Amino acid sequence: MAMTYQIAAIGDWESVMGFRALGLDTYPVADAAEAKEKIKELAKGNCAVIYLTEQLAKDMEDVISRYKDELRPAIILIPGRQGSLGIGKNNIQRAIERAVGADIL
Amino acid sequence: MANITVSPTRMELTRLKGKLRTAQRGHKLLKDKRDELMKQFLETVREVRALRAEVEEELMTVHGAFTVASALMSSEAMEQALLYPKQSVELTMTFQNIMSVNVPVYDFQTQTRSDSDIYPYGFAATSGELDTAVDALGKVFRKLLKLAEIEKSAQLMAEEIEKTRRRVNALEYVMIPNTQEAIRYINMKLDENDRATTIRLMKVKDMILKESLEEKREATAKAVKAFSGQGEGPAEV
Repeated sequence: MAMTYQIAAIGDWESVMGFRALGLDTYPVADAAEAKEKIKELAKGNCAVIYLTEQLAKDMEDVISRYKDELRPAIILIPGRQGSLGIGKNNIQRAIERAVGADIL
Repeated sequence: MANITVSPTRMELTRLKGKLRTAQRGHKLLKDKRDELMKQFLETVREVRALRAEVEEELMTVHGAFTVASALMSSEAMEQALLYPKQSVELTMTFQNIMSVNVPVYDFQTQTRSDSDIYPYGFAATSGELDTAVDALGKVFRKLLKLAEIEKSAQLMAEEIEKTRRRVNALEYVMIPNTQEAIRYINMKLDENDRATTIRLMKVKDMILKESLEEKREATAKAVKAFSGQGEGPAEV
């Protein structure tokens, strides 16, 4: 269990460069297709948490839902520099709907 | 209704009764699991929503700080400043078992000399705003990791709840009624067979009785005839 994993941040350069200073692995990508490739690659490697900007996430629903039920990696959406799109909040809502069968909150 | 193809035997009845008992027990257990999971899930979700709102707000502040910093510095200088991180973060992941759902618990170690010394650049060539931005991001990071942990937990729990709910419903609305129906069918069929056997036996008894009665009557008639032929023969003539 004492394996160590990496934390990655994927997004446009300006949004993720700050994470670099903290020691996270940052992968600046230009578009969603590139980000998809990167996520697949990271999922095979030892990456436990991927922070992904919402700007990219909105075009790659398929990859995100593919990893939703896997223990690793956890793909967490963060607002990019352009601001929040509310996708992260929507995802919570969707999880509730999935579990309860109706929107109760 | 659905599976009337069961063979109406006593053995099958015993088997089905056992199956029904197991199904009912399983149904109860799964229902309890679902309820408890739901409770935990809703708690987690509330936490996620609050934390996410907080993190998003703070991150926007951080982005703002970086924007200011990048306005004061050339992008090359900034890239250069952040190019080689002084700190490295390593994550260890352990698991926590919530009602048979494995959820991750993250724990991270930073490899740095001290907490205040996280700036990977010299102060001479960079603006102060960059320090502020990096500092703020460092503070958000803990929350960000906590968010990753509970959001993933929520997702995994949502999946498990969906699965459990389906199982509960399948047992409650399909499996248990079908088995009960089959048991009822077998019971009725067996009773019917019992009645049929009784009736048949009564009929057979009737027939045998009638036959023996007939035989007896015939024998009596013969004897009477023989007797009367012997004793009153002349009188008849």
